[in-house]
Amino acid sequence: MIASDKAPLPVAANATEFDRRRFLDALLTVGFVSTAAAIAYPVGRYLVPPESGEPVTASVVAGHVKALRPNSAAIFKFGSKPGIVVRTGDGDVRAFSAVCSHLDCTVQFKSDTSQLWCACHNGTYDLGGNVVSGPPPRGLEKFVVNLRGEGDDAEIVVSRA
Amino acid sequence: MNVIDWVDERIDLSEVRHFVAEKGVPVHAQKVWYYLGGMTLFLFGVQVFTGILLLLYYRPSATEAYESVQFIVTQVKFGWLIRNVHSWSANLLIGLAFAHFFSVFFLKSYRKPRELTWVSGILLLFLMLGFGFSGYLLPWNELSFFATKVGTGIAGAVPVIGHFSLRLLRGGDDVTGATLSRFYGLHVAILPAIATALVALHLLFVQRQGMSVPPGVEKKLKPGERLPQMPFFPNYILRDVLAWYVVIAVLAALAAFYPWELGTKADPFAVVPPGIRPEWYFLAMFHTLKLVPSHVLGIEGEHLGVVVFGIAALFLVLVPFLDRRASRGESSRLFTVLAAGGLIYLVTFTIIGHYAK
Repeated sequence: MIASDKAPLPVAANATEFDRRRFLDALLTVGFVSTAAAIAYPVGRYLVPPESGEPVTASVVAGHVKALRPNSAAIFKFGSKPGIVVRTGDGDVRAFSAVCSHLDCTVQFKSDTSQLWCACHNGTYDLGGNVVSGPPPRGLEKFVVNLRGEGDDAEIVVSRA
Repeated sequence: MNVIDWVDERIDLSEVRHFVAEKGVPVHAQKVWYYLGGMTLFLFGVQVFTGILLLLYYRPSATEAYESVQFIVTQVKFGWLIRNVHSWSANLLIGLAFAHFFSVFFLKSYRKPRELTWVSGILLLFLMLGFGFSGYLLPWNELSFFATKVGTGIAGAVPVIGHFSLRLLRGGDDVTGATLSRFYGLHVAILPAIATALVALHLLFVQRQGMSVPPGVEKKLKPGERLPQMPFFPNYILRDVLAWYVVIAVLAALAAFYPWELGTKADPFAVVPPGIRPEWYFLAMFHTLKLVPSHVLGIEGEHLGVVVFGIAALFLVLVPFLDRRASRGESSRLFTVLAAGGLIYLVTFTIIGHYAK
């Protein structure tokens, strides 16, 4: 650069000058791009939430049979998500995930129709967890119910199938 | 470049293009000091960026704050890096802001017509100290808890409005979760809003007026002679970027090798741990207040100290209006002596404060 001020450069030297400029531009671009990448990578990883330390729940006590009248239901906590335990009209106890398969709303029990109903988009399920009407694409996840104890004093133990 | 043409066709960019082409930076022996403001601005950007990232996981409550920071540095991928960068960058920012402040003070860049640039800059310096003070409490650890107790206690020593301002700062009579909520709001909403406006104003002034040439350099110019100029784009901005790379390198090294301590969770009923002291940038003030006797001429020592600091702060804001000689283009040795005195006082008292028991 400085030499160019003193003497006119031959054509060939001009070409080298141009190459040098291109080389420096490329070097600068590589530098900026690597800096951007070095920042973007940790930030990208940071944005992804870490897996919660919570272990996957295998089974939980959802309550006592005597607290649940026939043709009624109760919401219980299954890990970090809601479950629903239903006592049918003939006394049978069943449990499902209360998370609607459509858009994750929590379903509720309708005693007049004996169906599980999602208030968000009017999806209904029967007491087998199968879709009856509305937008849900799949049935509700069905849990295994075991009764621990005798008669109405029994505890309802719900576990993943 | 097509994008620029596209925009240009719709909203005339000729003024911007003219500005970019014309903007120059005077070249002289003292121009190294021009980099400090840009480096401080860069760190301000780093703080905004990492601060927003920390908001994703931080929870501002006495029961969760400490745990959430612990979660960030142990569970979140690169959380330790983001938090260390935020803490170290805050300290570098305040250090560079002070360096910028003193360089401007010594070079008399505040003289007419740049009085308002100085005033906005001083207010920004105070704001940065406010950021430091409010941010220090947010991890809710033992050190920050007691440092905040002492710091807000100093606000309580302000005559007349002391008790009122103490309660206003703490959100009650004591440092509690209510204080944390307030400091959080201050740190992530109120101060950033004011700082953004002031930074914009500060930069606008600098752009409108160009860089100040030190009086010593100006005096040596022959009548009608102009200093050589360096184009801002791309010559000077590339040098600025180089300075920012130096900052990134220092920041990355500090964040990687010197993790910022989290300490133990604050316990309001714990005994104050020995050696409790504020962050280094408050040490000079902290140590001065320790030296003031309990009563001076019938006035309570704390009151006196706080009032003197208030007057000093006001004096700093008013420097360009008080230094008439510099505004007339004459040499003003008095203000050079004052700047030197201030610098010596800050450095010695910070060091003494650091080693004092």
